[in-house]
Amino acid sequence: MVLSVCGLCKSYSALVAAEDVSFQVHRREVVGLLGPNGAGKTTTINMILGVLSPTAGSIRIGGIDLARERARALAHANFSAVYASLPGNLTVTQNLRFFGLVYGIPELGRRVGELLQQFDLERLRDTKCGLLSSGEQTRVALAKAVLNRPRLLLLDEPTASLDPAAAQTTRARIRGLTMETGCGILWTSHNMYEVEEVCDRVLFLSHGRILLEGDPRQLPREHGAATLEELFIRLAREPLAEPLERAG
Amino acid sequence: MRAKPVAGILLRQFYLIRGSPVRSLPMFAWVAIDIVVWGFITRYLNSMAAGRFNYVPSLLGAVLMWDFFTRIMQGVSTAFLEDVWSRNFLNLFATPLTISEYILGLVITSVATSTVGLAVMLVLATAVFGLSFFSLGALLVPFLLVLFGFGIALGVLASALVLRLGPASEWLVWPLPALLSPFVGVFYPLSTLPRWMQDVGHLLPPSYVFEGMRTVLAGQPFSAGRLLLGAAIAALDILLAGCFFARVFRYAVRTGLLARYSAESAA
Repeated sequence: MVLSVCGLCKSYSALVAAEDVSFQVHRREVVGLLGPNGAGKTTTINMILGVLSPTAGSIRIGGIDLARERARALAHANFSAVYASLPGNLTVTQNLRFFGLVYGIPELGRRVGELLQQFDLERLRDTKCGLLSSGEQTRVALAKAVLNRPRLLLLDEPTASLDPAAAQTTRARIRGLTMETGCGILWTSHNMYEVEEVCDRVLFLSHGRILLEGDPRQLPREHGAATLEELFIRLAREPLAEPLERAG
Repeated sequence: MRAKPVAGILLRQFYLIRGSPVRSLPMFAWVAIDIVVWGFITRYLNSMAAGRFNYVPSLLGAVLMWDFFTRIMQGVSTAFLEDVWSRNFLNLFATPLTISEYILGLVITSVATSTVGLAVMLVLATAVFGLSFFSLGALLVPFLLVLFGFGIALGVLASALVLRLGPASEWLVWPLPALLSPFVGVFYPLSTLPRWMQDVGHLLPPSYVFEGMRTVLAGQPFSAGRLLLGAAIAALDILLAGCFFARVFRYAVRTGLLARYSAESAA
């Protein structure tokens, strides 16, 4: 197991952003974290990344307790998010070298070279990240996200700003990563077709609570919806009074 | 504490400075202008004094030391602000980087950039205006170290304030050295000040440096104990500033301020 989240809660005075959130991500598994805007997806991801402390509950990354051994736990994780672009005033190579040192990567020069090749970034190596297109920035962000060969990869809408062709390539690349490295991925997306294609399991989050959990290809049928998107819309508009039984 | 993450923080600043004249120029341009302006002022004052008093060591020396202190403070806070300006907190603090590694990286960056400024000031003040720091002897080293220590402390405090109050608060931290300068007697003895300002001055390490400098230049007996007291206060200030930054960071993690920092301000 690469991630274990148990009884996670986050509240700000009267506002409850996450309530008793519990789930696991296993090796080579892609888990989709779904929900309407404000459901608590980014709050949950921020807590797993250690930039937001939970009010209650525990997070273990690769079996290491994040609250007790923050640095050691985060050494096994990495992330990419549309709202956290890499410093635009550094070039692609400079960004990778900078974050490589921060993560303490051995043989950094060789690792950076591998990633430039793997993510088709060689011709952009000396271009400042702020000058790249959305698709190129996504590739750089993904290269940074796998720098430390993480056991856990958190991807917050990794294809949000990409055209369909670039998004498909990116999905294939990420899916390939789980096979090559054995990492587990927690993936958020509003694109239900993408979720069906990529995710092994999904968690539906609403008002900070997990309402549903299961196989994205089975869930719609199990809950009387034609498609995952229809189920999503239904849950987003009429959140269930009580969490449904978890299919997974 | 690990060396690689600290080197990472340093390397990032090196890349920024190397790639941008807008960043490299202020390392020496403003201090050079300060030395030139004050150099000519001291020449004018010397001509008025007609040999009765030499203003160069006391006035130009004080300017040089004050500028060094200011550069140290701004070296830390500017390196921190680079992460604010590039909205890099999420990328940075979702890594195994610890607060002490981060602050040490900022401090080493400041040492490197301030050393450039100090060298330029020394060359200009010595070669053009005849300032001789040999008149301070070996005491120059502890004088600079005390200023260095307090500059670090103030830089870390300023960074913590920006983290707590939001990006717009950077405009509050730039004038901090100017705010302190009346209290530390850069150009005049503390005894010139009203009692309450003297009391404030005694809490600030630069006061002991500038008082000590004037004492040495006047050929009066120098109190090593006073300078040690200044050094002890500077060391305590570094510790307190580090603790304050760590406290503000924990607050930012607890309240979600860090996660949403790229939004203008939560304050």
